[in-house]
Amino acid sequence: MTTTTPPDSVFDQTMRAVIATTERPPRASALSASLTFSWRALLKIKHVPEQLGDVVGIPIIFTLLFTYLFGGALAGSTGDYLQFLLPGSLVMAVLMVSMYVGVGLNTDVTKGVFDRFRSLSIWRPALIVGGLLGDACRYLIASALVIGLGLAMGYRPAGGVTGVVSGVVLLLVFAFGLGWVWSTLGLLMRTPSAVMKMGMLVLFPLTFASNVFVDPHTLPGWLRAFVHANPITHLVTAERGLMGGTATAAQISWVLIASAALTALFAPLTMQIYRTKQ
Amino acid sequence: MRQRSESAVETRGLTKTFGATRAVDGVDLTVPAGSIYGLLGPNGAGKTTVIRMLATLTRPDAGRAEVLGYDLIGDAGAIRSRVSLTGQFASVDEDLTGSENLVLLGRLLGHRRPQAKARADELLEAFGLGDAANRTVKQYSGGMRRRLDIAASIVVTPELIFLDEPTTGLDPRSRNQVWQIVRALAAGGCTVLLTTQYLDEADQLADRIAVIDRGTMIAEGTSTELKASVGSGVLRVRITAPRQRAAATRLLTRILQTTVHEESDPTMLSAQAAAPGSAAHALAELSRAGIEVTDFALGQPSLDEVFLALTGHPATTTATIREAAS
Repeated sequence: MTTTTPPDSVFDQTMRAVIATTERPPRASALSASLTFSWRALLKIKHVPEQLGDVVGIPIIFTLLFTYLFGGALAGSTGDYLQFLLPGSLVMAVLMVSMYVGVGLNTDVTKGVFDRFRSLSIWRPALIVGGLLGDACRYLIASALVIGLGLAMGYRPAGGVTGVVSGVVLLLVFAFGLGWVWSTLGLLMRTPSAVMKMGMLVLFPLTFASNVFVDPHTLPGWLRAFVHANPITHLVTAERGLMGGTATAAQISWVLIASAALTALFAPLTMQIYRTKQ
Repeated sequence: MRQRSESAVETRGLTKTFGATRAVDGVDLTVPAGSIYGLLGPNGAGKTTVIRMLATLTRPDAGRAEVLGYDLIGDAGAIRSRVSLTGQFASVDEDLTGSENLVLLGRLLGHRRPQAKARADELLEAFGLGDAANRTVKQYSGGMRRRLDIAASIVVTPELIFLDEPTTGLDPRSRNQVWQIVRALAAGGCTVLLTTQYLDEADQLADRIAVIDRGTMIAEGTSTELKASVGSGVLRVRITAPRQRAAATRLLTRILQTTVHEESDPTMLSAQAAAPGSAAHALAELSRAGIEVTDFALGQPSLDEVFLALTGHPATTTATIREAAS
């Protein structure tokens, strides 16, 4: 028998078979939904690696520039300055990468995929929690790049491997807290590039008016007061402490409390906007 | 509590206001279960807002609605697990591959990984995307994106699917594929609520059509009922010699008993034709009178004509009229 079946009916049969699957799996758990979104974040690193390059570039250039250009003048020798600068560069790199949480969320909103996720019956914070967890991988890559560069340039952390690893872990905790601020911004701003600009507008002055590049004791009084109030200063102090092997419990607790406070304040705010966004 | 009903969607006085604009103003909609239902209207008529409210994405300001027997406000969670939405702009992640998009949704909907992968493969194959499964969506054509988008909506077969302008911006071939998919969905027992700006699309697909204009429903019925309310189709004739147009106009006016428009093209005429029979008669008469016709078309009433008949203003000027009024 020859096949005289028109393609339409083959198509119809296939379609009907696909639709006839009435299996309705049980609702995904909060953890499973979050991990699925983390997997998505990892896939994005794989498919769009250049996103990472954009933001890690700045801290790497600054590390090279400041060490070789100002190192001698600021700390007597480039080697001594690098010991001081590197934990600050690390903080700068990870905080810049963390902005992408907001940029990514805003992209989801503008592209329409946000609506699909929001119309699913899933644990609602999963999209953001999962994104933040998945981004931890981004932060690790950024950290490895900056620390690797530092080691190649002659950075020798007195805190050893333990000091560096705990430094990175503390930084991840802070980035998770800060991520909620970016999420709020990501839902409020109109375009991804507006989120990026806003992020830069916040991060650049805060990074420069801190102890990342210079020791604040030579600064005029009013600026020193600002630097001391700047959360980035406290974060960098704790990082220097951990990586240099001199961290105090107070320095570390300050960062942990700040991270918890950011989460407590901005996570509910983000979810409120998420629920009511038109 | 779920109310057993014959309707997939039932709304009364559904209203949504954005600032001073009443985007949706007291819409009463009844979508029979298992049917394809079309919301027809121009851009900005409020179609998308209706769909977004029914998909629990936007909260109505007034009125009530039941979707699949569940209260829109009280049982939003139950509705979410039984409906799916394909938005106006492809709601898939362009940075991921087609396969990854479907696995992602399968996992979110509660499938274990192997099940999610198997379902993704099955869907990609059925939607003719098997070869493109491992390409990122960025590299897909508009038609492929749209098909993936619909596939993403049936990873777990919903009881009700919302399709917001499923064929806007597609080439005719892709549009036909989407139409086939929509028909297959309905044949499979899924209720389809779609929006469209095209009368022929609503005509081709929908069992019933609601015409929406400026947030209100101005007509409802089957496509036959709507066309009957609009009247007839339009006969367009192109003649060879522009100098014969006056004679052709006289002849058509006499036979069709209606006003004949002489269009800006000196060889073109158009007129309302009450029935295909009278149009055929008119063409035969033109030929007998020695007026050579190079081309003719008997068109269905366009959306503009439906709007003109129902509202007294053409669809395309809705926005202008609203601006002038405010």
